[in-house]
Amino acid sequence: MAKATIRILRYNPEVEREPAYREYTVEVEPVDRVLDALNQIKWYQDGTLTFRRSCAHGICGSDAMRINGVNRLACKVLMKDVGQTVTVEPMMGFRVIKDLVVDMESFFAQYRSVLPYLINDRPAPARERPQTIEDREVFDDTTKCILCACCTTSCPSFWANENFVGPAAIVNAHRFIFDSRDHGAAERLDILNDRDGVWRCRTIFNCTEACPREIKITKAIGEVKQAILYGLAG
Amino acid sequence: MNHTHTYDALVVGGGGAGLMAAIYLSREQGLRTAVISKLYPTRSHTGAAQGGIGAALANLEEDSPEWHAFDTVKGSDYLGDQDAIDLMCEEAVPVILELEHMGLPFNRTEDGKIAQRPFGGHTHHHGQGPVRRSCYAADRTGHMILQTLYQNCIKNDVEFFDEYQVVDLVRSEGRAAGVVAYHVETGELHVFHAKATCFTTGGFGRIWSISSNAHANTGDGAAITFRRGIPLEDMEFFQFHPTGIYKLGILITEGVRGEGGVLRNDHGERFMERYAPTMKDLASRDVVARAINQEIREGRGINGKKYVYLDATHLGREVIESKLPDIADFCRTYLGVDPVTDPMPIQPTAHYAMGGIPTDVDTRVIVDAQNTVLPGLYAAGETACVSVHGANRLGTNSLLDLVVFGRRAGIAMAQFCRENELPPLPADPTAEIAAEFSRILATTDGEPAARLREEMQDVMQDEVGIVRTGAGMQKAVDKVRELKQRFQNVVVMDKGRHFNTDILEAWELKNLLDLAEVTAVCALNRTESRGAHMREDYGTRDDQNWMKHTLAYQRADGRIDIDYKPVTLTRFQPKERVY
Repeated sequence: MAKATIRILRYNPEVEREPAYREYTVEVEPVDRVLDALNQIKWYQDGTLTFRRSCAHGICGSDAMRINGVNRLACKVLMKDVGQTVTVEPMMGFRVIKDLVVDMESFFAQYRSVLPYLINDRPAPARERPQTIEDREVFDDTTKCILCACCTTSCPSFWANENFVGPAAIVNAHRFIFDSRDHGAAERLDILNDRDGVWRCRTIFNCTEACPREIKITKAIGEVKQAILYGLAG
Repeated sequence: MNHTHTYDALVVGGGGAGLMAAIYLSREQGLRTAVISKLYPTRSHTGAAQGGIGAALANLEEDSPEWHAFDTVKGSDYLGDQDAIDLMCEEAVPVILELEHMGLPFNRTEDGKIAQRPFGGHTHHHGQGPVRRSCYAADRTGHMILQTLYQNCIKNDVEFFDEYQVVDLVRSEGRAAGVVAYHVETGELHVFHAKATCFTTGGFGRIWSISSNAHANTGDGAAITFRRGIPLEDMEFFQFHPTGIYKLGILITEGVRGEGGVLRNDHGERFMERYAPTMKDLASRDVVARAINQEIREGRGINGKKYVYLDATHLGREVIESKLPDIADFCRTYLGVDPVTDPMPIQPTAHYAMGGIPTDVDTRVIVDAQNTVLPGLYAAGETACVSVHGANRLGTNSLLDLVVFGRRAGIAMAQFCRENELPPLPADPTAEIAAEFSRILATTDGEPAARLREEMQDVMQDEVGIVRTGAGMQKAVDKVRELKQRFQNVVVMDKGRHFNTDILEAWELKNLLDLAEVTAVCALNRTESRGAHMREDYGTRDDQNWMKHTLAYQRADGRIDIDYKPVTLTRFQPKERVY
């Protein structure tokens, strides 16, 4: 057990005029998650500390936040990797509802805007629609997205313009554009060719570095740009 | 200030079963449906399922729904209802093809079909050896099911109330009339008035300390209906998954063993060969979890500690990176162990509730041993007990349960809504829960929920775990009852209305305590060993006296009464279970 200082940007708009940092000291094991430290504070020191969490192992995407200045899932960062003092803040670019909880509605609206579902109006066959291992592999990486918003809220282009559809939505468009079973690519590429679509991406790579699922987001966005310019291969 | 919303159908919970029900309801013209979820639906715990979903597609070798049904019945230690199991295994094939048509990106075979791999307890020719039946998308099958269903809900314009936590069931004139929900952001109570309500609220694995379950898995639906007079079925049967990450409980999929991984004790011995000569590491979960437990108790845990190794090092980097990438990531992140080069330290972890809200095969909630239906109330998925899992669930059958019975819920509810009017709403459906929340907020002298929760988890882990004794379970019952008393003075620090997760955690603890109590009471009551319920003082299965389902009721004074319901047997007669 060692002592660690957790510095958290707190804000409750119901009673406070502006955000302020508050420090807490917790006893942690090196292999504890940052989420474990936050839970210790909430459970035994200050129940007003508010954050989202659920699965606690990097699958549900609830506990995305800024940890020492970079977007991370609190359940996928261990205390031994963040030092004796760790600063925790809400993701940037969304309205703060309370403490580390931000308003996700616009994020999900952007996700919905790219038609994130299989489009194929032909009658379904009696068995599965066949797909080769190679065709399945083309979009494998972008199926991993858990919609945590780490990427979008780390993107300077999104900070500059909240209407930018953002990397997460493009990732989810990519997942269908490159699915051999899908027939909606033209429609999605048209949506993403908009002034608030893929061209706002300046290949800064923040998204790729922020992704807790290690999706090569900038590469995926690049492939969507290529598809708009030159069409889908094959 | 109350808000009342009126719908035809309500789905409570946004995981696999709920979204599947919602998709089917959304196909009905003119029917208004709302999905109410305490999380954004994509945060649901369905997304944590890894290894696959079972169906006898026979894409790689001979298989049949009948073999799948036999394996499920045997896996259930003959407590599963065979009519329901037959139906699930038959419908598995078209439902999984439907998921593929919805867009689910399954891994593929060389000839472009859905890929399949072996899984625990799944066999060909009634136990002759492993069969490739688990349809998978790497080791994130649950994630892909949840995403695909959510995507299809968006496509079909399903209406969602995200971060609305359902806190009560409204009953009226012998029917279900809707629910009361707490809007997390504002702290306001909303009444949802509807003809049909389906609980798809998942499990309650958080009553144990070592658990694969999400913090959110607090059994809200089961606890709410229990307090409103609806029984819970077979609560003594809770599955401990053999392979959780040591101390953390995070799930390591059975798919590791499906791909050829093996369990080893401190001597390096592949000990499952002694416990299950045919299926070895792919015996059913109760058998493997007990074997690990026994190895540890007899001092063959690694370095004498409470874990053994899951060894996948012989599978090679290619297989691990392509078929098991997430569990490789978990091991590297949380343990600093690379499964390509080193074995994974694992221990059994509380994983899945076989018991739950009793339903028939159309997901209609039943309230007694005569199968009397409560009109307008439905349940599906882990929160329900059909019962297709009996005393022990097979791997891949939970995802299957979600989609098969989620679908059946949607169909049954749509028909019910067409044929029935709205029931009247009682005078003030929020009064009771509002008083409860006010009472908790007003309490200033008492204990934090977290302390009570920890004590509950510890006693349940020690006394109502993999191996149980009468004395231990009595101790757990007494302890949980003491904690329920102390809960009367639970104190929350956050006194605000706005996104108050402090009070919600306290309220969720109330649910967990009710479910822990009924679990311990039912376990103590069943004087035999069957499936996941293993007693040292009653070491064998007793078909003479215990071939029956437990129904537990919470009475108005808090007392728990127990009744029984017969098991539906059709073609598979009980036999001794050998793997």
